[in-house]
Amino acid sequence: MLDLITNPYYTQVLTVMGIYLVAALGLHLITGITGQFSFGHAAFMSVGAYSSALLTLHLHTPLVLNLLLGGTAAALIGILLGFPSLRLTGDYLGITTLGFAEIVRVLFINMGITGGASGLAGIPRETNFALVYVVVILGIWAMYRIHDSRFGRALAAIREDEIAAESMGINTLLYKVTSFAIGSFYAGVSGALFAHLMQYLNPNDFGIARSFDVLNFVVLGGLGSIPGAVLGTGVLTLAPEFLRFIREYRMLIYSLLMVLMMIFRPNGLLGGVDLKGIFKNLFRRKFSKAVSG
Amino acid sequence: MDINSFLQLLPQQLVNGVTLGATYALIALGYTMVYGIIQLINFAHGEVYMIGAFTGLYMVTVYRVNFFLAMFAAILMCVPLAVVIERVAYRPLRNSTRLAPLISALGVSLFLQTLVTLIKGPNPQGFPQIIKDSVYVLGPIKFSLVQMIILIVASLLMVLLHLTVKYTKVGKAMRATSENYETAYLMGINVNRIISFTFALGAALAAAGGVLVGMYFNSVHPFMGVTVGLKSFCAAVLGGIGSIPGAMLGGMFLGVAEVMGVAAGFGTYRDAIAFALLILVLLVKPTGLLGRPIQRKV
Repeated sequence: MLDLITNPYYTQVLTVMGIYLVAALGLHLITGITGQFSFGHAAFMSVGAYSSALLTLHLHTPLVLNLLLGGTAAALIGILLGFPSLRLTGDYLGITTLGFAEIVRVLFINMGITGGASGLAGIPRETNFALVYVVVILGIWAMYRIHDSRFGRALAAIREDEIAAESMGINTLLYKVTSFAIGSFYAGVSGALFAHLMQYLNPNDFGIARSFDVLNFVVLGGLGSIPGAVLGTGVLTLAPEFLRFIREYRMLIYSLLMVLMMIFRPNGLLGGVDLKGIFKNLFRRKFSKAVSG
Repeated sequence: MDINSFLQLLPQQLVNGVTLGATYALIALGYTMVYGIIQLINFAHGEVYMIGAFTGLYMVTVYRVNFFLAMFAAILMCVPLAVVIERVAYRPLRNSTRLAPLISALGVSLFLQTLVTLIKGPNPQGFPQIIKDSVYVLGPIKFSLVQMIILIVASLLMVLLHLTVKYTKVGKAMRATSENYETAYLMGINVNRIISFTFALGAALAAAGGVLVGMYFNSVHPFMGVTVGLKSFCAAVLGGIGSIPGAMLGGMFLGVAEVMGVAAGFGTYRDAIAFALLILVLLVKPTGLLGRPIQRKV
């Protein structure tokens, strides 16, 4: 157990896992709670990553401010994309976000300030394990607060039936855009953490494959469940590390796992599992035993 | 490039664009037919196209067959592949949430890319010049023989597809299934067989497209299906997904737009042109150029 903390390899793996978890929480809000497809989540990560890295390099702003500004930049881009495109539904929205992510990637490759295709190097390493997990815990806490709020219930209503939600007086477009903005904020923070961990950014790090990775985390864990997003991110970021010993067959097994997990658990690992109920039952059984005994 | 020389090159660029567009259209047809029937974005379709290209390359280099036989072999390889993919990875998920088959499709796509990389290595491989490099001149336009073959083969296949869908019994069943899956089932149509047939048709077109593109760009590699697959999917959505003429129109449109964009000096933005166009079209016409409007039911 001590090894987990002292071994730099494990620390690095767990730190990266935490960073992805922040991004996955954002997508959880957009896709899991609001029910809107987003296939371009990595684009928002890249916006956060580049803006925070450039702030550090040119203005030497402190890290916490960079995280917030990176998240805000991503949220603004999210709003910019959200207003026109969230009128679309389902797969059309998905493909629009995917296309948008590709455009962002190509723009970053062509821009001068981002270092173009050769990438942006020399970002100071300021992210560490403790910071990432403070952000993760804050992020999870905020997400639970959103779930239990009037706003969160409105989002769930939109997911269940958009027309019904609209006729109950919910301004669906506004709520969807807000959810998109918050989800993008999470992605931006995650990207900013990533930039200050890796110290080097390349637009191709945030391609379609990365967007689908984050989608996998959320869907394989169990769509709409925070423990699901945590579990999905954990399993899918650690699995390639555990599979390292089979070398080049690693991705083969990984992709097979994706297909098999979907076939045997189409709703994700924790989809349809009522964790609260399980805990309640456990507690109740013990309690009633104590009373009767 | 100034406007005069641009206009001078316009007819030539149109020919190049239509050639590229024809290959996009061939692949887009597979996406659109599958989407029309089971509302699934078949992300593994790009990999079927890639395997078609590799099969063609293998036949040409190892057995030294001519181009038509190579294309035929690619089709023979890809049709069963697509049918098996559907049977194994999509059919068990037909009644689950929308995202489950999508993730499964991504898994299959990643699997095939890794498999081909393991067998053939990740580097691009050249396609031998099996067709003479002759050029035909028609006024200001130059046609290479490869371009002619692409245009002729692609148009022939599309006409064949159109006739199949429009005038055969199985085509009628396809149209009925895409209209309403359950009603078609109640009318005694074996929908499972129709879905398999749809995958087979799409795969045949993609395999042919793979060999044609491999020959045209003289390069085949395990990740060639990703970008081309996404662009073709864009073409399908642009034309109105589910609509067969829409896919043809969308493919041509994207091909011409891409070639024109590169000619106008946006070469470094090449891969973004398709997506930018798609987003613009969807914002104006949310179901694509020839798509039917979505009905909102309470």
